[in-house]
Amino acid sequence: MVQFPDTLIEIKSLWKAFAKKHALKEISLEIRKGEFVGIIGPNGAGKTTLLHCLLGLITPDRGEIRLFGLPINSKRSEILKRVNFASSYVSLPYSLTVKENLLIYAHLYGVEYPAQSCENVMKMFDIHPLKNQPARRLSSGQMMRLNLAKAMINNPEILLLDEPTVGLDPEIALKTRNLLLKLNRERGMTILYTSHNIKEVETLCSRVVIINRGEILADGSVEELLERYDSEELEALYFSLVK
Amino acid sequence: MNPKRVFAIFLRQAYLYRRSFPRLLEVFYWPTMDILLWGFVSIYLQKSSTGLPGFVAFFLGALILWDILFRAQQGITVSFLEDMWARNLLNIFVTPLKINEYICGLLLVSVLKVIISFSVMSVLAGLLYSFNIFKLGVMLIPLIINLVAMGWALGILTTGFILRFGQEAEVLAWAVAFLFMPFSAVFYPVDVLPPVIKTISFFIPASHVFEGMRTLINSDGFPSRELIIATILNVVYLSVALIVFKLTYRKVLKDGLIPKIGE
Repeated sequence: MVQFPDTLIEIKSLWKAFAKKHALKEISLEIRKGEFVGIIGPNGAGKTTLLHCLLGLITPDRGEIRLFGLPINSKRSEILKRVNFASSYVSLPYSLTVKENLLIYAHLYGVEYPAQSCENVMKMFDIHPLKNQPARRLSSGQMMRLNLAKAMINNPEILLLDEPTVGLDPEIALKTRNLLLKLNRERGMTILYTSHNIKEVETLCSRVVIINRGEILADGSVEELLERYDSEELEALYFSLVK
Repeated sequence: MNPKRVFAIFLRQAYLYRRSFPRLLEVFYWPTMDILLWGFVSIYLQKSSTGLPGFVAFFLGALILWDILFRAQQGITVSFLEDMWARNLLNIFVTPLKINEYICGLLLVSVLKVIISFSVMSVLAGLLYSFNIFKLGVMLIPLIINLVAMGWALGILTTGFILRFGQEAEVLAWAVAFLFMPFSAVFYPVDVLPPVIKTISFFIPASHVFEGMRTLINSDGFPSRELIIATILNVVYLSVALIVFKLTYRKVLKDGLIPKIGE
C-alpha cells in the first residue's frame, strides 16, 4: 500500500466478527488530510462498526488501525485528543445545561481554555442563546447542534459522524450540511460520514465508500465511481452494488 | 493520570445533583429516614429490655457506619448508571479519558456522597438521640476508611458487571451491599452467628470494622487485630475488583458492548 505523507487514517486488513458473523471483512482504507469521506451501505453493513473500531471502542479480531501514524490499540488516549465524534444515536445528559455539557467535554478533551472554547462552539452552531437551557428542553435539531458543538470542542483534525442528520427537519439538515462543508473547506478538517442518504453523501463528500456485509464494494470520488461502473447516478450504482 | 479528566467526571455528577432536585433529595432522604426509623426502634427496644446496655449507641453507630459502605458503593455504581441512562457512555468513552481516570472520577463522587450522608446522619443522631459518633475519636478514621474501601471494591465490581451484562445487571447497584449485610455482623456481634456463617463473615472486611466499633463503644481498648484483618482483606478485595474490572473492560471492547449498553 502506498504511504502518503498526509495520510491521517490507515486501516489495514481489518476483520471483526460478532457471534461468528462477520461485521467487517478485510477492510483496508487510507484517508488523507482534508478528505470528506462518505460511507454508505444498508443497515448492518458495518458502517458504524468501522467508526467504532476507529475510535477504539471495539477491538478488531485482526488487522491494524493507525490514526496520525499511531496505533489505536496502544495510543488511544493520545489519538482521541485530536479526534471527535457525533452520532444521532448518542445523547448528552438531559439534566445539564448546554454550557455545562460542553464544559465537561472541554475538560475531558483537555482543551486549554474551556470556557472560551464553549463560547466559540456555541456561537458556531447558533446555540449560544440556549446556553443556560437544560438539554432536555432542546428540540431534536438543537440537540443535534449541541452534539456537533461537542464534537468541535477540541477543534479536531478528524471528525467522525454517524448519521448526523437522521431525524432532523430538512432546513436544519441543510444548515448542518453547510456547516460541515465549511469546516472541511476552511479548516481542512478530515471528515468521515456515515449515512443512508445517498443524495446527501453525493452533495457533501469528496470520496464515497460503499460498504455491504462488512466488505468495501466501491471506493472513489462520485465521478470516478460513475465512470468506473458506467452508471448515470450514484443512487443507481449503489442499488446495483448492494442488491 | 490526567487530573483534568478526573475532575470532568466529578463535575458531570456534581452538575447533575445541582440540577436535579429528586436526586439531591435522595442524598438526604434515606439517611434521614434510616436515622428516624431505626433510632426510635432502638430506643423502644432499649426501654423494653434491661439486658442490653448501650443498645442505642451500638445500633446508631452501626447504622451510620453501614451507610458509609452503602454510599461509597452507590457513589460509583449509580454514577455509572446515570451515564448509561443518559445514553452518554459512548460519548464519554470516545474521549481521551482512560478507564482508570473514569474510575478515579467516580471514586471522588463516592467520597462526596459519603461525606454528605455521614454528616446528615451524625447531626440527626446527635440532635435526636444525643448520640455522638465522634466520641469514637480518631479511631473512627480507620473504621471509615475500611468501610469506604469495601464499598469501592463492591462498586467497581458491580460497575464491571453492568458494563458486561447491561441493564439486566442494574439491580446489583442496589442489592449487592445488602448481600453482604447479614455476614457483616452490622447490628449484632459475630459471636451470635452460626459457625458456617461465622467463617464466611471472617472474610468480609466490614464484619471486622463493626466488631471494632463495638469494642470502641464498650471502651474495651483499641481493636488493632480487627483493623489489621479488615485492611488486609480490603487490599485483596480492591485488587480483585480492579483486576476483574480491567478484564471485563477488555472483554467489553472485544465484544463491542459499549455502544449497546443501555439499549
